[in-house]
Parts: sequence; structure tokens; C-alpha cells
Amino acid sequence: MRLTFRVNGRQQQADDVWEGESLLYVLRERLGLPGSKNACEQGECGSCTVRLDGLLVCSCLVAAGQAQGRDVVTVEGLASQAKKRADGRSGGADGRTGKAGTDLQPLSPIQQAFIDAGAVQCGFCTPGMLVAADELLERNASPTDADIREALSGNLCRCTGYQTILAAVRLAAARGTADTAGTADTAGTGG
Amino acid sequence: MKTFRYERPADPAAAVTLVAGTPGARYLAGGTNLVDLMKLGVETPELLVDVSRLPFGEVEETDTGGLRIGAAVRGSRLAAHLLVRERYPALSQALLSGASAQLRNAATIGGNLLQRTRCLYFQDVSKPCNKRRPGSGCPAREGAHRDLAVLGASEHCIATNTSDLAVALAALDATVHLTGPAGVRSLPLTDLYRLPGDEPERDTVLRHGELITSVELPPPPHSARSRAPLMVYRKVRDRASYAFALVSVAAVLDVRDAAVHEVRLAFGGLAARPWRAREAEQALQGRPATEEAFVEAVRTELSACRPLRENGYKLALAERLAVAVLADLAGQG
Repeated sequence: MRLTFRVNGRQQQADDVWEGESLLYVLRERLGLPGSKNACEQGECGSCTVRLDGLLVCSCLVAAGQAQGRDVVTVEGLASQAKKRADGRSGGADGRTGKAGTDLQPLSPIQQAFIDAGAVQCGFCTPGMLVAADELLERNASPTDADIREALSGNLCRCTGYQTILAAVRLAAARGTADTAGTADTAGTGG
Repeated sequence: MKTFRYERPADPAAAVTLVAGTPGARYLAGGTNLVDLMKLGVETPELLVDVSRLPFGEVEETDTGGLRIGAAVRGSRLAAHLLVRERYPALSQALLSGASAQLRNAATIGGNLLQRTRCLYFQDVSKPCNKRRPGSGCPAREGAHRDLAVLGASEHCIATNTSDLAVALAALDATVHLTGPAGVRSLPLTDLYRLPGDEPERDTVLRHGELITSVELPPPPHSARSRAPLMVYRKVRDRASYAFALVSVAAVLDVRDAAVHEVRLAFGGLAARPWRAREAEQALQGRPATEEAFVEAVRTELSACRPLRENGYKLALAERLAVAVLADLAGQG
């Protein structure tokens, strides 16, 4: 079957897709987006986490046909997604618009925070962690530790013991709050 | 995975016709259980009919002050719904305890109710299993059955139903609305599920082609003194984050003048269906709301338990959990 859907803001099309393929397989093997990882294949580990129409899902359990006409964001789209959000907050007039003709963006704040906090060891869980953490910070700019633990509870990491991952999310939240301190959309948030 | 066809019909009638006309057809909603079982080779449908975009996505108040929940509503949305959190908190608690955000966002209410057992032998196609391959045997009776049923099992199958949602809905007197080749019908949720008997391959009373369209709740019970519904869902599991219940309890309790005015109690993790504890409820009706009365009533209910070598702990666990939950609710009233 032919599959058409949006991925990271771009219309995509894949032909001769077998019905039994997962969204994860389509992303990795047909669209060349290997960021989302294939680990447990049963929806337990979260390494394949993407946004489907804005909601976090395990792409390993989404049959290809279910993605028809939908909007998908993968870890590869986090930077442009973060930029879009920042432009939205500032009305797009802050001079942070990307260069014409390229969609290369600097890392998103959550990606940078993972690097700065040393939250990555083997890196296999990282893309799923990033997508989940980014979704958390989008709806809750100042999460409590309990909020962070709950938001990442569908993502397993076998290396870090999670402490540096929690630290990275706290760091991104702190930077984000500082970034927009005093603006209406962060006032009063506290988990 | 075996090859299959995939269809996304535009309306419920077309979906029913497609599935009813194809013996090996299955409905697909969120896919979090079915797609997984297809990868394992446990489910081998020849046709998947995607019903996730049919118009069953609403949560609305009924004329009587109850709630009608569309079968395609996602678990995360229902758990966060204001009316659910205010009036049926046990339902929200059950959904939130059931799976990670990723799964709650994809899994639907109808699909949640029809999820298959997590019995290890059912999920392993290299092993016999009467539920998966009728007549092949049940290694769980002698093998790994620590998580499996102590109530209502048969010599052919000791699988448990693993839906947290179903346990809460059982205690809330939910009704399930269906459509199918022979028209529409409705069932109490507790009658949707079958005990294994000598047909363990049939989890429910659904006929081929029947589709859950919505779940309806009657108005929530309120205590005399408080507007807050006195209900809770509590789940005991091996680890604090997403695991299936060893035992869970959903309870509604209204105490007036120190006596039980209304009580509803359901267990999860004990049987092939959510176990509505009617004997315990009857034993408690009008009785003093004391811990002694709770213990006695729950023991009456659990006297039918037939544990195996490794799952006898569930009796003590179920009793203590139910008594603790009822005592807590009595204290709040």
C-alpha cells in the first residue's frame, strides 16, 4: 500500500509498504530516519517513542496503515519543533530564524541539556527519552521530580541509573524558565 | 508476521460487514496488544479492520447523569477527563496504573477491555496452550503460574484477565454497548467476560463481527456527607512502575450511621474476568462498617479460591488489600 503522512513537518510518501510493517520500520528503513530505536518491540522500553498527532506513542506498536494522514515527530525533528515553539512565543521576530534553504537547526534545548548533564551513555534509549522529555517540557515548563519520573516512566535505560537523565530534564527546565522568566506562559506553573 | 490485508472503512456498518464476512478478520484500534501478539505469532489475522477512526471518540454525560465513553477514546484522555476525575476517580486511577503514557496514548477503551491474557504459555507459540491452540494442553498448571488465576479457573486454563480498567468498570456497574451483524445489544460489563470452562479460547461472549461501540456508567454513588464519590482502585504489583496486577481491588463504599449503606467490590488478578465480589457485598449490606465485618465478608467471597502450588499468596494478598481499601473508604466517609 501507499502511505502518505507528515514527518517532522514534511509531507512524506512511501510506496509498496507491507501492512505488517510498523511505523518504526517505515521511519527507519524507508524514510532514512534511524533516530527512533528498535529494542523490545513490545511497547515496554520506549526507545521507539515518537509523537503521533502530538501524543507520545511507541512506534513499534503502530501498524503502518494507522499512520496514514497523520502527523509524526521523531527525535530528528525535535530541534525544528523547539525552534517553532520558541518563534511562537516570541512572535517569530527574535532573529532566531534558520538560514534560508536549510533545515539544519541547532540542537533543541533538551538535546543540549542531555549533553551538558552527561545523560547519555550507550545512547540507545536517548532518542525516546528526548522525545518524551520534550513533550513533558512543552506542557509543563517547571516539572517537579515526580512529574519528570512519571513522564519518563515509559522509557527504560540500562546504563545511567536515570539520575543524570533527571538532571538533564531539570537543567532544560531551569534554562527554559530562565529564558522566558516573567512571561505569562510560565508564570504560575509549578507542576 | 503472517501476511494480512488492512482496511480502514468509513463507517461502523462497513466495518461490521467486513469483519463478519471474513472468518479470520479482527478489529484493530490502538494496536498495542494486537500488533504485539501478531509479532509473536499468537494472533494471525488474515484481515485487520481499523476502527480507530470511527466516530466512537466522545465522552459525554447521559440524560441520567451518568457517562457514555466511546470505545475509541484513548486511555490517557479518559484518565484526564474532568468528569472522570471528579465523579469516577477509581476509573482514572485504574487507567493511570495500567500502562505507560506511550501505551495509554494509543490504547483505546474498547481495545483495553479485549486485551488478551499475559500468561507466558499463551504468548509463547512454541508451547502448548488451550487458549491459543484448543486441546494442546495447559503447561501452566504444573509450570509458571505464580501470576495466574485462583478463582473460576478450569482444568483447561488458568489465565487471568489483565485489564485494570475492566476491574474499575466492574465495580462501577458499567454497561457495554455493542454493534454487530445481528444489530445492536448491550451487556453488563461483568457479563462480557467468560470463565474458561472447556472453551478457554473464548475470552468473551462477543460473536464474530461484534464491535464494542461504547461503555456506559450509571451516575456515581455519593455519600450522605460528602460530594466526593467514595471509591478507589488499588493495585499490588511486583514493581511500582508499569507491571500487571498480582491482585487489584476496585471498591465503592457508602457508610451511613456506621453501617454499610452501599458497597461494591471487584478484584483483578484473580480470574479470567474482573471478579465482582457479590457474596461479600451481600454479606456487608446493612452491617456495621468495621474491619471485622470486612474481613468476614471478604473471606466468604474468597472461600471459592482454588490456588495452585505457587499462587496461594494471592488469597492473603486479596483479603488484606480489600479489607485495607474498605477500611480506608469507611474512614473517609
